[in-house]
Amino acid sequence: MSLWQGRRIPLAWLLLTRQPMRLAVALAGITFAGILMFMQLGFRDALFDSSVTVHKLFDTDLVLLSPRSKSSISMTGFPERRLVQAKADPDVTGITPVHWNLLLWRNPQTKGTRSILALGFEPGDPLFLDPAVTAMAPRLTQKGRVLFDDLSRDEFGPVAKWFREGRTVESEVAGKRLRVAGLFSSGPSFGADGNLLTSRETLLSLVPNNPPGSIELGLIRLRPGADPAQVVDRLRRLLPEDVTVLTKQGFLDLEMDYWRTSTAIGFIFTLGAAMGFVVGCVIVYQILYSDVSDHLPEYATLMAMGYSLLTLLGVVAREGLLLAIFGYVPAYLAGQVLYAAIHAATKLPVAMAGDRSMTVFLMILVMCMGSAAMAMRKLGDADPADIF
Amino acid sequence: MTTLHTGSAPPVAGTADGLATVSVRGLSHWYGSGAMRRQVLQGIDLEIHPGEVVLLTGPSGCGKTTLLTLVGALRQVMEGSVRVLGCELNGSSRHERQLLRRNVGMIFQGHNLLRCLTAEQNVQMGADLLPDLGYRARRDLSREWLRAVGLSDHLGKLPHDLSGGQKQRVAIARALAAHPRLLLADEPTAALDSRTGREVVELLQRLARDEGCGVLMVTHDPRILDVADRLVRMEDGRLWAGEAVVG
Repeated sequence: MSLWQGRRIPLAWLLLTRQPMRLAVALAGITFAGILMFMQLGFRDALFDSSVTVHKLFDTDLVLLSPRSKSSISMTGFPERRLVQAKADPDVTGITPVHWNLLLWRNPQTKGTRSILALGFEPGDPLFLDPAVTAMAPRLTQKGRVLFDDLSRDEFGPVAKWFREGRTVESEVAGKRLRVAGLFSSGPSFGADGNLLTSRETLLSLVPNNPPGSIELGLIRLRPGADPAQVVDRLRRLLPEDVTVLTKQGFLDLEMDYWRTSTAIGFIFTLGAAMGFVVGCVIVYQILYSDVSDHLPEYATLMAMGYSLLTLLGVVAREGLLLAIFGYVPAYLAGQVLYAAIHAATKLPVAMAGDRSMTVFLMILVMCMGSAAMAMRKLGDADPADIF
Repeated sequence: MTTLHTGSAPPVAGTADGLATVSVRGLSHWYGSGAMRRQVLQGIDLEIHPGEVVLLTGPSGCGKTTLLTLVGALRQVMEGSVRVLGCELNGSSRHERQLLRRNVGMIFQGHNLLRCLTAEQNVQMGADLLPDLGYRARRDLSREWLRAVGLSDHLGKLPHDLSGGQKQRVAIARALAAHPRLLLADEPTAALDSRTGREVVELLQRLARDEGCGVLMVTHDPRILDVADRLVRMEDGRLWAGEAVVG
């Protein structure tokens, strides 16, 4: 017998749709829970993603750091000599020293200051993955020139807008005048609201008490085919204790671990998502329980007619499944809209990632089916002998 | 009405060879336990044959409904023997009783229709119990039964929009759509005025006779006693001799 021929009255569907008010309340509750989970998980993932936007700029295989550098907001210096020493390894083909400081940028419009992340490098060094940035680097050879991140938050002033209009944009950092020579795109992180790139020479003039011969980050490129893990091992033996050797992924993980463990942010957002889950469970359970209670005599009638308890449990399970699907769709669409709104307002990299939309769907599914399973216990009260 | 026989219920042993549809021997039943234990049925003997309409009367609380639920396989038998359609219910499992109920049509005092389904869909909930019948065939069967009870103009109406008599007729169509071999009815006219009640019972009697289906009906209504082939009176959990009705 074909599926079509075997079909029955869609009882679960009719039970739900013939009570539009109750269905609307249920769907609103599930959608609300879904949006809450989308927001909380979106913020959490955006935090971890955005914390490494700058780290991802670099074209490097290994990095050298000071052992005291625990995150992008607390980078400390180490002797540049160590980076030169690393060149002794046969697999190392190139090294690039980078300065990494947080400076106070003066908004050219309002004159207020705000902390900005500044990277200093030799303009001739190939250290960026984005060829557009590398192409602009020669503009930095003139002292006092910077490249400005056009995704930086608006509090730094309308720098990108003015620059695109062809105006000369100048600002002041640490009492020195700087001129914007170009724009690049990276985006703010939870640690820094904006970024700028400049030459080592310019940067060192902005931080005069930086110890000579000290850098915050050393980039190491390897011969193609070399095993980064082996080189890390060799360099750790070669170099003294005053420097840490990490792979590029290890560098990203260090930053993400910092935000995960030394702040409560990850915990808070996960807890927020869990609360959305619990609220959704309570709402769906209430709806399904009262639905089963209201229809108990009808379920008993069906049992008296010869329908099995299993068939009736299937009806409640299908109600849960339908609620999950119809509650998820608006939650997904609202999530898309809200992500776009959050991205526009905060420039955080929030987007509807495939695995997160799957996670939220699974959580809604578990929520609805779990609640349905709880509501099914009420079906045991349906005694067909009571209806005569 | 032979057109309605397209879907036959699964065969149950013992009905085709002329045996009684229902055969009750020495049935006793109690409610409660310990000091509160109260006997409601005391050694009941009763037989219903295919196509026979048996009316059960008696004061309220005498055990009529209990007898009906035991014959309808809705309750576990405690003592005595109840054979329905050749199946012994004493010691039967929950699953056996559920399967047997598919061959027993039930009409309740309240109509007990599903509020969220139309008249047609309610009847189809009965027809859906028939195995090996396609969706379209089951739907046509439901429509034919609704026509048979005179409701072809009300297929798409919800129970909410039907009158009491119409609802009870939908319930009859639903009970008969599953092609039962036994029909149990508990005061089907209680909620109806005398004329409608009369119509409903006559309809029930005619359709049951056409289908060769035994009927056990509990009633207080003196105006409908003449539809019975046999009257059985119950008092204090005992049956008094059944009077055969002439005509």
